[in-house]
Amino acid sequence: MAKDTPPRWDRRMQQRLARGEAAALGELYDRFAPLVHSLANRVLDDSDAADRVTREVFAHVWDNPGTYDPKQGSMRSWVAGITRRTAIRRFRQTEAAAYEANGEGTAEELAELEEKIRRASAAARADYIVGSMPAPLWAALELAYFRRRNYRQAAADLGVTEDEARRRLRLGLQLLSTAGTHAADGTSPPGNGRSL
Amino acid sequence: MTGPLDGGPGGRDRKGQPASPRIPGPRQAADDMAPGRHERTLPPEPRDQSEDRAANRDRDRDQSENRAANRDREREDRSAAQATDRDQSHDQDRVRAQSQDQSEAQGRDQDQGRAQGRDRSEGPDRGQGPDRGQGPDRGQGPDEPSASAGKLPHSVLASLLGAWALAACSAEETALVEDHLTECAPCADEALRLRDAVGLLHTDRSLDLDPLLRSRVLESCLGRRPARIPVPAWSAPYDAETARLDALLRDIGDGEWHAPVRLRWFEEERPVSRRTTVAGVIDHLMTVDGLVAGALGLDDPLGDGAPDDPTDRTEIHWRTAKSPPTRAVHEPWREQSHALIRTVSFAGRGVAELSVSYGDFFALPLRDALLDRAFECWVHGTDIAEAVDYPYEPPSGAHLHRMVDLAARVLPSAIATRRRNGLAGPARDLVTAGSPGRSLRLEVEGAGGGSWYIALDSPAALGSPERSVGQVALDAVEFCQLVAGHVTPEEAAAGQDGDREAIRDVLSAAASMSRL
Repeated sequence: MAKDTPPRWDRRMQQRLARGEAAALGELYDRFAPLVHSLANRVLDDSDAADRVTREVFAHVWDNPGTYDPKQGSMRSWVAGITRRTAIRRFRQTEAAAYEANGEGTAEELAELEEKIRRASAAARADYIVGSMPAPLWAALELAYFRRRNYRQAAADLGVTEDEARRRLRLGLQLLSTAGTHAADGTSPPGNGRSL
Repeated sequence: MTGPLDGGPGGRDRKGQPASPRIPGPRQAADDMAPGRHERTLPPEPRDQSEDRAANRDRDRDQSENRAANRDREREDRSAAQATDRDQSHDQDRVRAQSQDQSEAQGRDQDQGRAQGRDRSEGPDRGQGPDRGQGPDRGQGPDEPSASAGKLPHSVLASLLGAWALAACSAEETALVEDHLTECAPCADEALRLRDAVGLLHTDRSLDLDPLLRSRVLESCLGRRPARIPVPAWSAPYDAETARLDALLRDIGDGEWHAPVRLRWFEEERPVSRRTTVAGVIDHLMTVDGLVAGALGLDDPLGDGAPDDPTDRTEIHWRTAKSPPTRAVHEPWREQSHALIRTVSFAGRGVAELSVSYGDFFALPLRDALLDRAFECWVHGTDIAEAVDYPYEPPSGAHLHRMVDLAARVLPSAIATRRRNGLAGPARDLVTAGSPGRSLRLEVEGAGGGSWYIALDSPAALGSPERSVGQVALDAVEFCQLVAGHVTPEEAAAGQDGDREAIRDVLSAAASMSRL
């Protein structure tokens, strides 16, 4: 994740999709299906439903390659955004249907539903944030979290000072933590806006 | 599969043996492991309350430590599923899920709230490489100068919050940070948020992505808006198999690329093998795929003037490599396979018949060459999957059928080659080309199966039911294993009936089609 695809790849992929090249669709799937599926699965917690979302997302991309605007960001984050919206919509539908099936929802149940949706959105936003996080931050998080390196080892691996490694870990988590707040998309994350 | 038919009069023999056509050979049977795949890992759960997070971390740690064991279990599931039915292996999964629940509960009891736990859940490097299991004991190490001071300035403590939340600092630093949190509200607040953020981490791994989903998704897209530049149907098996192997490769860790793999095939009438690594296998696939790339006018990874014989190519490549291959071979391999698909899509219909040379005495039309490459990709994908304990299924029935069909079509030439080398019985009844000749019925069972009549006396004769002298029956996957040289002719035949010599000649010829 957070694997940067070069903008050139993105633009070329868009052109190939636009001219109806089936091989491009296959390559697109190979590159993004794990992202789409895991994101959807995280929101829906249901593999079959995630399969359906995956199908919907790729259908949307295949039908509307022209709506991707490389100036707005990478194709990866575009695809992640479509997935997030599709998965949340589906989650809302299935949850709401389940509540309705059980008769009138009490205020408590409705609040619970909203809370569920909030958490699902946070999960999806977190994936989205990770997908578009600056690569140096992600590299540090990946070492610390997935590869079990302590920050000193991570610093050595990355060729940066220990101070810098601590800073990246903290900043990366700060970014990620904005996924859990409602203000997520509006406010700037903490971290003093220092550039990398 | 249909490897080089490099035999023939004066054909190049390897170690003086008759060379013969090869056919791809897969090996492990198939619909075995599906049920297990979907439950292999549990993602960390973002939805838990923060109090539970430490417990979750512990559980995750248990999981990662148990991963090797889980994989073993999965392999058991696989063989169990082979022997019995799917329901049973579902039961096993359920049992496994329960035991995970138990360990979760234990984790919760054991550890309350300390951020000490290492919570890597599903590292991308599930491979964990050589040092898997030992887990660099970070955080606990003998400690660090900074900690001995007893008290650190606020700015340093605050800077440690990220590392603390990730359990990526020393035990002493952890203690100092936690002391600090009791007296500094802003830091305590941030600490809580960062620790919650850790719960949101996870990777987009393709593990629970059903390999069959790809074709369903693509089909549904193409059903809505047909491609103006379609991928030719005959290249579909290659497209599917390379995608499956790619998904596996993306899922393994750096270390697993160096896992030993034993490649097996048949040579000089007996099974032989050779050791390489996962990366070496991908190198091998890329090198031989390069033959097809070259025929299409794409760059040959071995450069101009490289030999056409697949085995020679691999040997040269392995021999001249400056250092052992690593996961760096992944991207070039994948790019080449994507380029092949793209190129045949644009090439127009005639390209299917383009001749691809496998050496001096054997060539296949492109459509078959790509099918052969799909076969090899599956076979070696299975070799790799076995080496890294990963579930891997056979191709879809439709694709398997085409692979069996290719092997069946090449069999008469393979028999003829062996006959010239004195390894098959004499031709008993030569007929004019295109007329029905003495045949053996090959009955292939299971998904991808069917019936074929193999002409025994000459590749020019037609296989025909009227002139059948016997029958041999075996499972499709097993037949492919035979063609890949992974099982012996003696092991392969399930049901035989009729002319023993004809049966022996056909099975031996099938095995002789295997190669490195």
